[in-house]
Amino acid sequence: MRRVYLDNNATTPVLPEVLEAMLPCFGEHFGNASSIHHHGQETRGAVERARESVAALLGCRASEVVFTSGGTEGDNLAIFGLARSGDHVITSTIEHHAVLSACKHLAAKGCEVTHIPVDGRGLVDPADVKRAIRPNTKLITVMFANNETGVVQPVAEIGAIAAEADIYFHTDAVQAAGKIPIDVNKVGCDLLTISGHKVHGPQGVGALYVRKGTQLEPMLFGGSHERSRRAGTENVPGIVGLGKAVELAIAGFERGDDRKMAAARDHLERELLALDATGLNGDGAPRVPNTTNIYFDGIEGEALVIALDLKGLAVSTGAACSSGAIEPSHVLTAMGLRPNRAKASIRFSLGKQNSVEDVDFALGLVPETVARLRELSPVWSSPRPKSIVSR
Amino acid sequence: MSGGVDSSAVAAMLRAEGRNVIGLTMQLWNQRRLSGHEGMPESVQGRCCSIDDVYDARRVAETLGIPYYVVNHEERFERDVVRPFVEEYLAGRTPIPCSLCNNHLKFDQLLVVARQIGADQIATGHYAQVAFDDQVGRWLLKRPTDKSKDQTYFLFGLTQEQLSRTMFPLGGMTKPEVRELARKHSLAIAEKPDSQEICFVPGGDYKRFLEAYLTEQGNSSTETAGEMVTSDGKVIGEHAGVHNFTVGQRKGLGVATGSPLYVIQIKNDTRQVVVGKDEELYSRTLRARRVNLISTAELREPMRVAVKIRHKHQPAAAIIESAGPQEVRVTFDEPQRALTPGQAAVFYDGDIVVGGGWIENSTQ
Repeated sequence: MRRVYLDNNATTPVLPEVLEAMLPCFGEHFGNASSIHHHGQETRGAVERARESVAALLGCRASEVVFTSGGTEGDNLAIFGLARSGDHVITSTIEHHAVLSACKHLAAKGCEVTHIPVDGRGLVDPADVKRAIRPNTKLITVMFANNETGVVQPVAEIGAIAAEADIYFHTDAVQAAGKIPIDVNKVGCDLLTISGHKVHGPQGVGALYVRKGTQLEPMLFGGSHERSRRAGTENVPGIVGLGKAVELAIAGFERGDDRKMAAARDHLERELLALDATGLNGDGAPRVPNTTNIYFDGIEGEALVIALDLKGLAVSTGAACSSGAIEPSHVLTAMGLRPNRAKASIRFSLGKQNSVEDVDFALGLVPETVARLRELSPVWSSPRPKSIVSR
Repeated sequence: MSGGVDSSAVAAMLRAEGRNVIGLTMQLWNQRRLSGHEGMPESVQGRCCSIDDVYDARRVAETLGIPYYVVNHEERFERDVVRPFVEEYLAGRTPIPCSLCNNHLKFDQLLVVARQIGADQIATGHYAQVAFDDQVGRWLLKRPTDKSKDQTYFLFGLTQEQLSRTMFPLGGMTKPEVRELARKHSLAIAEKPDSQEICFVPGGDYKRFLEAYLTEQGNSSTETAGEMVTSDGKVIGEHAGVHNFTVGQRKGLGVATGSPLYVIQIKNDTRQVVVGKDEELYSRTLRARRVNLISTAELREPMRVAVKIRHKHQPAAAIIESAGPQEVRVTFDEPQRALTPGQAAVFYDGDIVVGGGWIENSTQ
């Protein structure tokens, strides 16, 4: 069976060049990057080259890049590394659980946490962030791009507000990295999280940008790896893979791959929105070029995902980490969707490996599957023709 | 797929037959939801919808090489099974949640999901048989080969449409054969113990469950407290709530008399619990409501059948006759002990399930 993968916000396939770059790390380049001898020097070189690549992607210095085990660790390190009992932290209602659950834990440990709401487009209003600042506000953490809708937040405005108030600003850029250009100095953030497997690198590796001078308490204690900010022998194959993936991402921007991806996504989106009783989540907001999140009223998103998977198309109802959960997406409900519509929403996310044919494959399957689900739905009744339905 | 041996064996059998099998687990209840309430365990293992069971089902699907999905229907389960279960007890009846689950979830919601994802039929690990009778043109539900595992009592609510889309591959097998089959397919769950209890009631202690659930919902059950009376109306004590009693119950009545006393009747309107001697428990007739007929479209004339009034009851000879829309009057040859409102009366013609309904009230 032909299989098409349009769930690249969950994870991306490792690109062949990335795999190739990693393979020697499992063979002759096995050394511990901290060792004095030849083998150590060899891998140390590879790790530092990867660090420079990440720095090039983010517009920072290599010394400001801390390698981690992935997005969750990066977010946790940023949050727990800064916030102390009695501090106030500002975040948003649409963060990934890596931030939301960390903030929940902070609250249980004696921090105050404010969640800034979003509007119907899924956007945080920077003015709300500004208003939420208190004398004891230590950290603002607002994501760069949302994982479910792809909506890009006004992070530069928030960065300016944070800088003016002399408050640390962290942004989870896991879903932005490799999709849109990032410059930490334009964003004005002190910390920024990326993840390897969302940019066609391997799972189990990520990086946290930490602006020079930021007093970050480590979570892992041991050797003096990563300038004592993250103890533990470096995941050399992972770091090398991340480095290569990031190089490919930079090359992709230079070629204009992001514009091509946006065109393919827009085509998919346009065709699906032409179906009855559908709509775009995040309409009117800037979005990363690979993501579209669409509701199909009258269906259970869960059933649509299964039905499509059985036909070879992989998509999702939202965050992979939430699969099997009963609650409708916290992101979509925060945007004001009623629960039924949130549960009827599907995320399509493209990756570098996807072709125009992949989009056509999806367009060959989704409309008929949606029609079957609606036909069998106990609650669905046909809407008026599209032409007279106002959206 | 519950993660147990029966549904796992079904998947293995159908897969071996070369059918296009899709594994589905219904997530129906969060087993940790009421943890923290008095008497409710912090974590539950080896139960439907526990993380371990989903893990087991997923491993079986992996071993067999079939696609597998978990579908969440907690909302519907609470609405159509858990709430009615609680309300029945508070109304002095003794409910059977498994039948409600079969009617509303497993053979309704799951069938809808199955058809939505492109499947034609559902197969379950129930011990029962389904067959089409050419002569009457109806789908029949029959007792399985392994009578000790017979689950037809819980399946009497199945409609013709549901039966036409259902397979019970274990209907011709015995439990030891099913386990052997699971072993043969190297399924890790081959020796997993059978589940016996109501899946959402840990430890089988329904009273604790009611308390915990009602507390969570912000209700108290004490408003069902009332008098304990004898069958001639004499008040002999108080009770803490009608939900603590079941017809035929002897223990925990809280009254001491010379001869053993049993619950004869629970009066919903007055919240009185009527107690009496064992012989007062016997009745010859009952009325079944919300009847579903399977082997016949209607009861034109009285019919001689065997009737089962609880899961472990030996079917007793009786005559059934129509008593109004979806209502049937059952007259037993011999008086039966403890006809319990809330339980089902299921009618059998040999191995064939004629139909069944919910026991409403009995007359002495």
